[in-house]
Amino acid sequence: MYGYSGRILHIDLTDRKTWVEKKPESWYKMYIGGVSMASRLLWENIEVGCDPLSPGNPICIANGIFAGTPVPVGGKYGLASKSPLTGFIGDSLSGSWFSIALKRATWDGLVIHGASESWVNVFVDDERVQFRDATQLLGLDTFETEEAIREEMGDDQVRSATIGPSGENMVRYANVTNDGRQAGRTGHGMVWGSKKLKALSVRGTHGVTVADPDTLMQLSFDITQAAQGPHTSKYRLLGTATNVLNMNRLGLLPTRNFQEGVFEDAELVSGEYLDAHHKVKIIACAQCPIACEQMSAVKTGPYTGAMTGIEYECLFSNGPNCGINDMRAVIKLIDLCDRSGMDAMSNGVIVSWTMETFERGVFTKEDFKCKKYPEGFEPYFGNGEAAVTLTEMIRDREGIGNILAEGTRRASAQIDAERGTETYKWAMNIKGLENPGYDARGLKTFSVGLAVGTRGGCHNRTAAYDPDIKGRVDRFSIDDTRGKLARSTEEYAAVYDTLPLCKFIRRCFTGKADRAGAWPTIAKLINATTGWDYDYDDVELIGERAHTIKKAFNIREGWTRADDHLPYRWHHDPMTKGPSAGHVVTEEELEYLKDLYYEAKGWTNDGLIPKQKLIDLGMDDVAEEIGV
Amino acid sequence: MVTSTSKYQYITCDPQKCIGCQICEYVCSYTKTGEYNTYRSRIRTVRVEEVLMTAVACRTCENAPCIIACTRDALTQDPETGVIRVDADRCDGCAWCIEACDFGAISINPLTKLAEICDQCEDEADGPQCVKWCPKEALELTTPDRRAQRARHKLATEDLLGS
Repeated sequence: MYGYSGRILHIDLTDRKTWVEKKPESWYKMYIGGVSMASRLLWENIEVGCDPLSPGNPICIANGIFAGTPVPVGGKYGLASKSPLTGFIGDSLSGSWFSIALKRATWDGLVIHGASESWVNVFVDDERVQFRDATQLLGLDTFETEEAIREEMGDDQVRSATIGPSGENMVRYANVTNDGRQAGRTGHGMVWGSKKLKALSVRGTHGVTVADPDTLMQLSFDITQAAQGPHTSKYRLLGTATNVLNMNRLGLLPTRNFQEGVFEDAELVSGEYLDAHHKVKIIACAQCPIACEQMSAVKTGPYTGAMTGIEYECLFSNGPNCGINDMRAVIKLIDLCDRSGMDAMSNGVIVSWTMETFERGVFTKEDFKCKKYPEGFEPYFGNGEAAVTLTEMIRDREGIGNILAEGTRRASAQIDAERGTETYKWAMNIKGLENPGYDARGLKTFSVGLAVGTRGGCHNRTAAYDPDIKGRVDRFSIDDTRGKLARSTEEYAAVYDTLPLCKFIRRCFTGKADRAGAWPTIAKLINATTGWDYDYDDVELIGERAHTIKKAFNIREGWTRADDHLPYRWHHDPMTKGPSAGHVVTEEELEYLKDLYYEAKGWTNDGLIPKQKLIDLGMDDVAEEIGV
Repeated sequence: MVTSTSKYQYITCDPQKCIGCQICEYVCSYTKTGEYNTYRSRIRTVRVEEVLMTAVACRTCENAPCIIACTRDALTQDPETGVIRVDADRCDGCAWCIEACDFGAISINPLTKLAEICDQCEDEADGPQCVKWCPKEALELTTPDRRAQRARHKLATEDLLGS
């Protein structure tokens, strides 16, 4: 078998023991890698119905099929646990060296069970596993933790996935970080914190071989060359931050907690402004010839020295969405989140909820007493220092930060219960996961793509905004094509998330990003790596199976049709300004779109999966458990 | 800063252009071993801070310290190209050459425990494969003289254009 070792490493933190599970080639052909294989490992290993913070919720890591080869942007792994934020599947991806080290250590996946009594750094050193005391790493930020471990091991090729202080403090949207990249969303860092797992380190010294190296080298060289051209210029030159002005023009840039879709100071927090005033260097993940990470630094003012990579999602959420027009405060906020190991997207949305709650008079200055400001402070929209202080309080669970660290859904529910208010009406989340930076009131296809998302409010698992923004459909109205579009775009994304390949490469195969442009080359890459004989249809099935196993997991954890929802605001509060003003997604529209989507998927009207559908996908054991 | 002492060609990396992708290491190890393994690469990337990165391969020094340090006369330098060759029969993996190299450009093969040094892909028709693959043209096969010429051109351009 090429491309895989056929072995999954199980690690039990409770009893500090390990065992090896062998998987047949047929299993890999079904689930491939990345989020699909990680979700399948979770399906097989979780105690059904468990508390996400209990020892019965395993950490499942699945490597990428192309990790450790020159296939561009193939250095990624998938990470899955039951999400403490949503109670459903938490599946994430992260790029760079960690996946490559794991590949060279010859493990296709890791499953970490149980919980440790004391803080631990699990070190997978090729075949050996060490449970190392992590006490001396506590309190270190994500970057410091990785460096401290490399220093301790004396080998700069040791790669670690870690949690920062917010993971240690069990912030509900804490991340897992490796090599400056994050396995973000859904709160993996809190799961790791619940197991007292500070870091997972890997050293792999074995060479990686593939079935047909000549073909793989030729294909990879051609894609590498194509990745220097116009197909990636958006990512290479300004990065995704260029979306700020694009979204603003469409009236879709979430502003002041999604109250509006245009921000009057968008220029000041745009990718163009970032490039002119803050850009230090553009860097890449390991194995990536594109390089999209726009490393940006603060050079003046109180946040001088803060530096991190700036992408659109973190920029919208901590910038316009908090009414902040000072790029220096935005960089500081994102740097703070990255170092603390928490999701900068969710953070911006919980801070904006706090600001709106303050401006509406539910919160007062006294609610924000803290060590830094003993008399409290006033977190009105646009107050960058207040946002920074709130983020520090969340990281440390200090004062009101202890409530905000629970995310928008739980924080609003707690405040509403205590004070008899209705702050849930502006808590911008789906299934508990804070929303991404595209206002779905002006993107009707995207609205259903988001609502049905298996991990909640996430733009990365559905590309349903694409037909809306490209103008292939009228983005303000609905029709009976939208269910099929939502299905098609989510399964398209799932192919990339499963291999995994970074989606930024999608135009570099032939110049066209659609299935016809990409799937034939992806099939050739799979075949040259593994020796299989995959074709277009097989690639298409990768996406459907990946999405199905995640959905099946949610169903088994108690999902019902009512869980596919949108935030209250998107149903009831139209925006007043810009090209998307006046629109909402009515509840009737959403229910109709869900009908269409379930039908397009071949599911029941309740959103459940027929047994035969699962059997047709080769997932007989899943059919047995949750098929109807 | 340590610079080359060579009249010969060697592979150099422009840290301003390097993005830290490690593709050079993949391609090098594949060319030399048929496997992808950065531990087997004769060019090594290094990232000391998030934005500080470069790649290092043999600088083909004159009076090369590695050759002087070798107690078993296992290392020899090609008088035409400056490439330093390792005689596998003589090398015993003592690593004195590694300690002698100011550039950290020599490594020990973890399998054979013998020293390995960049040979500029002298057997490849299209030259060093890392240079061919580098997506940002950060790597090149050059000499100190050619680098000096370029530095003069750049200086003149900046002076004349004021940029």
